[in-house]
Parts: sequence; structure tokens; C-alpha cells
Amino acid sequence: MLWVEHVARIRDDQDTQAFAELFAHFAPRVKGFLIKSGADASLAEECAQDVMATLWHKSHQFDPARASVATWIFTIARNRRIDLIRRQRRPEPEDLTWGPEEEPDQEDVLTLQQETEILGAALAELPDAQRELIEKAYFGDLTHSEIAAETGLPLGTIKSRIRLALDRLRHAMK
Amino acid sequence: MTETIKHHLNDAILMAYAAGSLPEAFNLMVASHLSLCDSCRAQAESFDALGGEVLDQMRNDEVADLQPESLEATLALILGGPVDKPHVAETNVCAVLPKPLRDYVGGDLEAIRWKPVGMGVKQAILPTSKDASARLLFIPAGTAMPDHGHHGTEMTMVLKGAFQDEDDYFARGDVEIADSDMHHTPVADIHEDCICLAVADAPLQFDRLIPKIAQRFLRI
Repeated sequence: MLWVEHVARIRDDQDTQAFAELFAHFAPRVKGFLIKSGADASLAEECAQDVMATLWHKSHQFDPARASVATWIFTIARNRRIDLIRRQRRPEPEDLTWGPEEEPDQEDVLTLQQETEILGAALAELPDAQRELIEKAYFGDLTHSEIAAETGLPLGTIKSRIRLALDRLRHAMK
Repeated sequence: MTETIKHHLNDAILMAYAAGSLPEAFNLMVASHLSLCDSCRAQAESFDALGGEVLDQMRNDEVADLQPESLEATLALILGGPVDKPHVAETNVCAVLPKPLRDYVGGDLEAIRWKPVGMGVKQAILPTSKDASARLLFIPAGTAMPDHGHHGTEMTMVLKGAFQDEDDYFARGDVEIADSDMHHTPVADIHEDCICLAVADAPLQFDRLIPKIAQRFLRI
């Protein structure tokens, strides 16, 4: 199963080989994500290393029934960005009352894996104009108005393109 | 407990929360609502998943080259850092304020430091970054808020009691999202005092003269 085994090997056996493979895929992406969000190359490097170290330290908190490894790393990187680059707190919702010690149900893990694959395929198949705006919204740390200023597109066009993109993704997930 | 919520967050706000592009005060609103609303929490998790896929599918020209010794440096960081202990979720908390708000207030309702605003209305401004503001509002049962319009986007979520405006009824967990072309007069439900969380990306503008002057001092 994509990357989930790697995280389990890091958690259970402190497996540096598994970590190196995860690192080779995700660290350059996290660094690129941070550079696109306005960090300079050296801050982005430092921050990417920090995000990957956090993954190791928090590997026991990862719940493959609730998120893919890519999603989990994305949320760690996003929170680090808010913390380091914007110097703000990011309030998180109240924890749900299930305990992290429970073994996730294998069926839930499989379902989430399948949903992730469908979502990934649907995102890859979006028309370029829609996909680009979704990427900008996630990477650029931009509001819709700021995207409008950057692309020169009217705000209404941006909003409707993003809405169309989300409709397509939701349709694919049905 | 969450089936009764009728007024939810919208896609634009949930997506911006996932992307991390909201001001702190708005993040506080979203985190507080998600603590009370399972359906918006599920939506928010889908937007996180979309972020994960966007990260995973970055094109080669967007992916950044690492420093030559990056992996070794990270492994050194790992050896030096403490391993997080699994944290156990708080259970059996019987609070009016959801956890994200309790963190800002330093406790539940009794810890709020209210300041009177007039006509029995009280407020407590919460410490967030300056690009937007967050405050708790106390509106006595049956009392109208001063009529006000909005410059930017304002979101109000009921925590206790209920309020009503020209169009709708808002109870615990319900969020009213208002933008600049909206003029309204919310009135607290007659049966109970109302406590709300209100966040705004621009100061409210009151129509009457006195509140307008007071606005400068009260940071409404």
C-alpha cells in the first residue's frame, strides 16, 4: 500500500531505509511547496528537513484510515508554513474522542486508499485551467482576490472555475 | 449533537482553511465550527486530501532540489529530537466553548473577561494576528444588536442561546456569513442570553452616531 508500510516501518523498527525512500519522494516536494509559498531556498530547505523529521517523531500518530501519507505530510508542511513564515497560530479542531492506540480497521484503510487513488486520478484529469487554479490556491498561499490580481482573471471567473473543478472532483468521488 | 446545525461553512472558506491562507481569526472560527459540526469536519478532511494530492502530483519543474547532505542532516535532527508521546484526546469535557476557543480564552465561559459595550451587550476581544479580528459577544435575551453593515467578510457563530435576523434563526453551531452588501439587525432569542464568536476582516460600521464614535475605542 502506497507509503503506509513505510510509515509503519519507521514507527515500529526505526527503519532508516524506509525513511530514505519517503524522504526522496516527499522532501523535494515539500521544499518546492514552501518556495512557492514565498520562502527563500535556505528557509525552505530547513523547513522541509524539519517537516520530514516531524514525520518520524509523530509516526505513531499517523492513522491510515483517516488520511493518506501525502495528505498527512501536506498538513504538517502547511502548519509549519503558517508557524514559520506567517508567524501565526493555527487553531485546530477539537480532537475526536477515539484514542490513537486503537489499531485502524484494515477495511477502512483500504477504502481510504481507494478514495485517494480516485481523487488523484480526477485531479490529474481536470482541464488545465481548473487544475492550475486549484494548485495556486494550495501552493501560493493566495486568497481568490490575490489570484485574481496575479492572473488578471476576473474574480468571478476564478470562483466559478474552482467551483467547476470541485464539482468534477466530487462527481468522481461518488 | 451535530445534526441540528443548519448554517454551515462554505467551500471557499473550508478550502482556504485547508490551504492555510486564512487569517488567524478565521482559522479560529473554522476550527471552532469543525469541533461542533461533523459534516463540515468531513468536508475539511476532503480538502486536506486534495492538498495531499496536489503535493503528490507536483510537476518536475515545481519540485525543488535538496541540499547534497539533506537526508543526513534530517537524520541528525531526528536523533536529536524528542519522540512525541501519543497524546490522549480530552474526554468528558462538558464545556460551552469548543477546545480551540478555550485555548484562546484560557478556560470556559467563566474565564472570559467581558467588557460592556452598552445596552447590556458585552464583548471580549481575542488575541489574534492583526489582519482580522475575533471577539466573543454576549447579547442579553431579546436584545437587538445595533444595526450595522459590513466592510469585509464577517462570520458569526452561536455558542449559547440563539439569534434571529431578518431571514433566519441561528442556534448553537450555526454560522452566519455576511459580506459588505449586507445590512442586518440580529436579535437574541427571548428565552436565553446569547453568546457568539464573531470574526471580521474589517471593522464593523455602525449606522448610529454614538456607536460609531465608540467603535474607535472599542475596536468593534
